[in-house]
Amino acid sequence: MLLEISGITSHYGRIQALRGIDVEVREGELVALVGANGAGKTTLLRGISGVQPLTAGTIKFDGKDITRMPADARVALGIAQVPEGRQVFGPMSVEDNLRLGAYRRKGDDVEADMKRMYDMFPILFKKRELPAGTLSGGQQQMLAIARALMSHPRLLLLDEPSMGLAPLLVQEIFDAVVALKEAGTTIFLVEQNAYAALAIADRGYVLETGSVVMSDSGKTLLADERIKEAYLGL
Amino acid sequence: MFAELLQYLFAGLTSGAIYALAGLGFAIIYNASHVINFAQGEFIMIGGMATSMMVAAGLPLPLAIALAVVVTMMVGVALEKFAIEPARNSDVVTIIIITIGASIFLRGLAQVVWDKEFHSLPAFSGETPINVAGATLMPQSIWVVGISVLVIVALWWFFNRTLFGKAMLATSFNRLAAQLMGIGVKKVLMVSFALSALLGAVGGIVVTPITFTNYEAGIMLGLKGFSAAVLGGLGNGLGAIVGGLVVGIAEALASGYLSSAYKDAVAFVIILFVLFFLPNGLFGKKGTDRV
Repeated sequence: MLLEISGITSHYGRIQALRGIDVEVREGELVALVGANGAGKTTLLRGISGVQPLTAGTIKFDGKDITRMPADARVALGIAQVPEGRQVFGPMSVEDNLRLGAYRRKGDDVEADMKRMYDMFPILFKKRELPAGTLSGGQQQMLAIARALMSHPRLLLLDEPSMGLAPLLVQEIFDAVVALKEAGTTIFLVEQNAYAALAIADRGYVLETGSVVMSDSGKTLLADERIKEAYLGL
Repeated sequence: MFAELLQYLFAGLTSGAIYALAGLGFAIIYNASHVINFAQGEFIMIGGMATSMMVAAGLPLPLAIALAVVVTMMVGVALEKFAIEPARNSDVVTIIIITIGASIFLRGLAQVVWDKEFHSLPAFSGETPINVAGATLMPQSIWVVGISVLVIVALWWFFNRTLFGKAMLATSFNRLAAQLMGIGVKKVLMVSFALSALLGAVGGIVVTPITFTNYEAGIMLGLKGFSAAVLGGLGNGLGAIVGGLVVGIAEALASGYLSSAYKDAVAFVIILFVLFFLPNGLFGKKGTDRV
């Protein structure tokens, strides 16, 4: 088991955002977490990365308890996140953004990795010297994914990669996610776009107001009547 | 006529360079934490005082300078560690008030550890004035401007060419993303205090042969550095440098052509002007990022 979350809760002041979540991700899996706006998806991902304080529960990564570990040490262990809203370093060049993605690895083969990212997203190569803030939304999303991959993550956390993108670009981003999974990256994908996410996921979880209400294989969830009604609008 | 103007410009550039270094100190800490560190002036004072005390105790000047810089940086790190970090979950305003308290504390400490007298340092390379087109230029002024330029170039190199410098910049642009890249924001904050202390110390040391120093010398220098930072646009490095030079030169011209009684007022008139008409400063962010 690569990621093992049990019973975690989190609060914003007096408001409880997570009410005892259990989630597991195995090595090589693509696991999707779907749910409406405000269900706690982003809070959960931030909790895994260590940038959102948890009030109870434990997180284990590769068997090791990381519940109290600071955020930077988790990146060094191999947990990388593509945050909601992309969060690129706007005034810095595309290349510097990528270089900072490899911050925890220092020196060695950063240039080679950068070349791999440019092969994967050629548009980034064309714009490598421009400030990241001048890129379009889709390009920024590609940059955010590439930046996270620069750390050689063992677990990639993706928060709403399709948010605010045109349908054609959404397809492109999801294709990239599938390609990553096929290359062996373990992925935990959080999405409001439940249909697209469950369609490519091995397994899925459904989150409602801070609790997991359903979990099953992606296919089964897609076919479930309740899911169809609540999230797919079918 | 021209010689007179040139004379004022020399004076303005000399003090402007010190304000620029102090302004950069404000900018670095502001970028790392959105805190305005009102103890920045005390870094200037400690640099100058520590050096002149060690020289008076018989240490050679270069060694005294190096030790004073180290001492000031240690004070900066201690300030961060014991006063700022324990309050890191508080409001920014609370932390700013803590820095004001720290500046009063450091002034008091300087009175106790050293004394209340004025102190000086020998000029680094003699006091024979150089005649430039009728104006006199003190060799120490060249040291002040030259060393400031060197420090600024080194700083530019650090922020644009080293990975850790870039990580510090990235933290100022987007703290959350920086944490998710594995950048330790605690370390960034600590280094920003160390760097700001270094800038203050260097400025305080090179200017002491010209202006003398005492335990209170940091108040005015710090406030003028703050004016420089605000004029340039808080958090903008280039802005702090330009702001420092503008404040220094305006001050020298005002005291030359109007009355030296108004010298200290100039910086604060500039602050008021900026706050009324240019709240983002000369180079401040306008917020043009595409979303």
